[in-house]
Amino acid sequence: MSTNGTATRGPRAGDELPPLTVPITRTLIVAGAIASRDYQDVHHDAELAREKGSPDIFMNILTTNGLVGRYITDHFGPGAVLRRVAIRLGAPNHPGDTMTLTGTVTEVDGDTAVVRVVGANGLGHHVTGTVTVALPGEAVA
Amino acid sequence: MSEDELYPLLKAYEGRSASASGIGKDLVNEPMIRHWCEVMGDRNPAYEGPDVIAPPTMLQAWTMGGLSGHTGRTGAHDELFALLDGAGFAAVVATDCEQEYRLPLRPGHRITFDSVIETVSPRKTTRLGAGYFVTTRMDIRADGELAGTHRFRILKYAPAAGMRPAPRRPRPVVNRDNAGFWEGVAQHRLLIQRCASCAKLRFPWLPGCGACGSPDWDTVEAEGEGTVYSYVVMHHPPFPAFAGSEGGREGAGPYAVGLVELAEGVRMVGNVIGVPYDKVRIGTPVRLEFFRADEDLELPVFRALAEGAG
Repeated sequence: MSTNGTATRGPRAGDELPPLTVPITRTLIVAGAIASRDYQDVHHDAELAREKGSPDIFMNILTTNGLVGRYITDHFGPGAVLRRVAIRLGAPNHPGDTMTLTGTVTEVDGDTAVVRVVGANGLGHHVTGTVTVALPGEAVA
Repeated sequence: MSEDELYPLLKAYEGRSASASGIGKDLVNEPMIRHWCEVMGDRNPAYEGPDVIAPPTMLQAWTMGGLSGHTGRTGAHDELFALLDGAGFAAVVATDCEQEYRLPLRPGHRITFDSVIETVSPRKTTRLGAGYFVTTRMDIRADGELAGTHRFRILKYAPAAGMRPAPRRPRPVVNRDNAGFWEGVAQHRLLIQRCASCAKLRFPWLPGCGACGSPDWDTVEAEGEGTVYSYVVMHHPPFPAFAGSEGGREGAGPYAVGLVELAEGVRMVGNVIGVPYDKVRIGTPVRLEFFRADEDLELPVFRALAEGAG
């Protein structure tokens, strides 16, 4: 967790997290839907997705939420505790696309940091959101 | 509709309970945590081992109905969705998720939840189609203690027209033995092959004469008169690209397929139109027409003549 020096100093507003690239495979979309108990047909059945106006299946919001959470705790380490995750979806994640998550620390208050997260794919911004995370003592020092 | 008559009916559901005393179908458990982490590629050691906690972002997953559907939803929730479904806003997509986590969830926790319909938006036009945003807020409890809150916004929408490509009929196989036939169709001429050696007419098009074996031929143009020699009615399976026998563009049948004997003496297969499928009879007089199925496909069809129908 050293890319931006968080091992030697606490995060500061303006710090950028290293990007995380996630290949959007059909398998990831379907596995994410099943692991989140979401059986909406648009997340596994391409034909029915097309009938509902989508060119193919697309990732469900719970999977996006899980990936955003992972992105933050990957960076801040296992001692970091997620307090709040608020996301908005835009361009859908379809199979064959790639999503790149980026993050910027916007606020640090005591042991709590707020990170602005954007996940961009080939169509635009799939997800924008903010994550509030409590950091372990050594990361804040 | 400029005045949205539906919206006041929808807005009346704001503040009403969407689910009361919902119970998670599974206790918080390690297998579901592990499956989630596998998907996310999440190797956080907090999500395994003796002190395992569930990834906080799994919060909603513990409340999902799964394949067997939700239980514990209220009449208000079902009525709101039935109103939207009934008005054509039947498709759903999630747009926003805001979660706050108060307590970590651990294996063995029994999940209960209550939710309320916070807001229903006025009708919005989106890329997917017109629809309404419905926002719900859920309190999630672990063994009775508030563990997190979950605000969720979905779009209930009517898929935009034209997103689904119009079904197309299968394409004819055109090769050097029958290209002349399709060139004739393009000019609204039904061409019958005639043997250049023995003058026998033949249809469908073939490279040689079935009577004398000669490979030489020319064509004669059919006048377009004929009678139904035999027919079948296609009931099933319904192919959306095929219209009913009345010739309308809607519907997939049933439709009548005739074996039509042309006045020139040859027989050919084609749709019988202009008469209900169940009124086609052997001997029904028909007249040739050309039917444009789409921008790339025109076909000879046979219209039943009124005096023979019925």
